[in-house]
Amino acid sequence: MQLVFQDVACDFLLRPKLVTFAVNYHELYIKYKLVMLSINELRASIEGKEILKGINLEVKPGEVHAIMGPNGSGKSTLASVLAGREEYEVTGGTVIYDGKDILEMAPEDRAAEGIFLAFQYPVEIPGVTTINFLKTAVNEIRKYRGENPLDAAQFLKMVREKAKLVSMNDSLLKRALNEGFSGGEKKRNEIFQMAVLEPKLAILDETDSGLDIDALRIVAEGVNTLRSPERATIVVTHYQRLLDYIVPDFVHVLYKGRIVKSGPKELAFELEEKGYDWIKAEVEAVG
Amino acid sequence: MSTETIDLKTRLITDFHARESVMNGEAGSAFHQKKRAALAQFDELGFPTIKNEEWKYSNVRDLISVSYNFNADSSIELADLEDLKIPVQDANIIYFVNGHYSPELSRIVSSSDQITIDSLANAYKKNPSLVNSFFNELTQDDNDAFTALNTAFTQDGIFVNVPDNQSVEHPIILRFVSDARTQNVGSQPRNIIAVGRNAQVKLAEAFRTLGNERSFTNSVTEIYVGEEANVEYYKVQNESENSYHVGTTQVRMLDRSHFYAGTVTLNGRFTRNNLNIIIDGERCEAHMYGLYFPDGTQHVDNHTVADHRKPNSESNELYKGILRDKAKGVFNGKIFVRPDAQKTNAFQSCKNIVLSTEATMNTKPQLEIFADDVKCSHGTTTGQIDEEALFYMRSRGISKPEALSLLMFAFCADVVSQIKIDSIREYLENVIADKLASK
Ligand SMILES: Nc1ncnc2c1ncn2[C@@H]1O[C@H](COP(=O)(O)OP(=O)(O)OP(=O)(O)O)[C@@H](O)[C@H]1O
Ligand SMILES: [Mg+2]
Repeated sequence: MQLVFQDVACDFLLRPKLVTFAVNYHELYIKYKLVMLSINELRASIEGKEILKGINLEVKPGEVHAIMGPNGSGKSTLASVLAGREEYEVTGGTVIYDGKDILEMAPEDRAAEGIFLAFQYPVEIPGVTTINFLKTAVNEIRKYRGENPLDAAQFLKMVREKAKLVSMNDSLLKRALNEGFSGGEKKRNEIFQMAVLEPKLAILDETDSGLDIDALRIVAEGVNTLRSPERATIVVTHYQRLLDYIVPDFVHVLYKGRIVKSGPKELAFELEEKGYDWIKAEVEAVG
Repeated sequence: MSTETIDLKTRLITDFHARESVMNGEAGSAFHQKKRAALAQFDELGFPTIKNEEWKYSNVRDLISVSYNFNADSSIELADLEDLKIPVQDANIIYFVNGHYSPELSRIVSSSDQITIDSLANAYKKNPSLVNSFFNELTQDDNDAFTALNTAFTQDGIFVNVPDNQSVEHPIILRFVSDARTQNVGSQPRNIIAVGRNAQVKLAEAFRTLGNERSFTNSVTEIYVGEEANVEYYKVQNESENSYHVGTTQVRMLDRSHFYAGTVTLNGRFTRNNLNIIIDGERCEAHMYGLYFPDGTQHVDNHTVADHRKPNSESNELYKGILRDKAKGVFNGKIFVRPDAQKTNAFQSCKNIVLSTEATMNTKPQLEIFADDVKCSHGTTTGQIDEEALFYMRSRGISKPEALSLLMFAFCADVVSQIKIDSIREYLENVIADKLASK
């Protein structure tokens, strides 16, 4: 045990090399909040089909992780499972977030604990205005945290500021949530909601697709404004372009339900240039 | 036919003859002759069974299995009605308790030399030939046992007569209260709304039941919409777990008139609403909106007819329902476009959310089109709550019950927003929000 403490003291980032120590390191990292999110051998299926086949990922506060990978490899599935979508059946592994096992938690509780998912395909909800929806969300989260609800004036002031941050048009706020929004407006609305809810862990699922260059920059600025040593971001994207604006600390490649390669931001350039064939080949060679 | 069925029917017919025998001279009146003919029709038709195509999904066996006191006295006071009230200011508020006009509880502010707002019984006493000229003129071809029964037993209800170019400034709110605190009660209100050329009126029928014994309401409303007239008509049913309601609203529209109907069934054991609109004029607009929320083993059946008889008119219909538990819903929407009714636009839509596997919804659009240059569309959907939308909301921190009630409230919004009497719309918004939140 002593050895472990010493190790932690001298190098927080050192990865445990001995399996027997792994559990101890893991607990300590979590205890001292050195790891915000720890995904361990996560498996999930839908309609009896296994999509995630043992995902391992650690995200520390302040970090940005990019997840790339071919279509259908399981990126959105991973994002949905983290946010608590009940259609997916978790068949193995653990997900510890902020020291808590979240797999048994309801999606709304995960949101209140600070997890936010920007949807690849934001849902249209006729009859509920964006502003009303957000007000309900903000106050439900405040209730969960034992805080008093915001009154109408406080809420409006806050919302106006955040809308400005992502250049979100006021008229969109009064319309039914995402109903008839253009693709870009929907994505911008996701980032706007993120700005309002100020999550600790934001998962952005292809927020860049469908955005024009200006919108992309605005959205990225929105994300960067929220970057802080306490917050972390997971960015799912197909394009290096977004990563010019939101510079990741790590890039992971998800393929057939596993993270098959991780590297520094340069990995994204390599993928952009060479595609996924070489990675697929590597995987086949090993597998 | 069960013996009980014969019982109620026989009892009613015997009752009719007993009343008739003490009528003296009035028995020979044209008014009474209509009632008599209606009784004969009721006798011939009998209560419908599910073999009757119009009653296929709505079984009245339970309704007619007991007897009701159709002449029940009530000691009801305003205080008893406090929590049953729809808060409305500046309105004509007219109470009917167990089917009888209650002058003590009512407040009529818009009656004048020109505009008549009175109980049918009073109006008939004052001007029998005027009342008779409207009585059963729209419903005589209805061929429905309940309508015939109502006609035969017509005693009281509202009589509204708005002459040409007059407008009733304040809405007319009719409150039908069944006092079922001590016994099974029955009532058969009969309403006549006659709206002249270029005249306007807004009215609402609100049905409530007090107490836990059975109530049976069999109501009929005839609405005459004159040329260029504008009539809004709402029906709000918030009755008991032991209330049975059969109601027919029969409307005839003349040239360039507008008619809006909103039918909201919040609660009740068994509800059957017939809304029949004869569009007997050109460039008319008929709108029908409906909303229902049956739960437990409640049953709600809406039958509507838009009968286009003249060219260039439009009908537009939207009914929505949320069904829970073992509730049953029925929607039957008929659109007739007669050979003369070219350039008709007729739209119909019925959308339902079924929240339990044991709840059922039967929808039947029925289009009979005999003209060739018409635009008609109809559609029905019955589905569950949108899981994608639910997850999206929950992922933003909104709890499942809150998300569900927001989604359901939103589902109702396009119907509720059509109710243009502000106080009633606000009342409904509150009641519906409570209703959706409590489950
Ligand atoms: N509801 C579902 N029913 C059946 N299969 C599903 C369902 N949802 C996802 N899948 C399957 O799971 C696999 C992974 O899908 P996922 O959406 O996670 O991929 P992705 O990596 O996000 O792809 P993309 O880059 O195209 O967004 C796909 O083969 C997909 O068809
Ligand atoms: Mg995806």
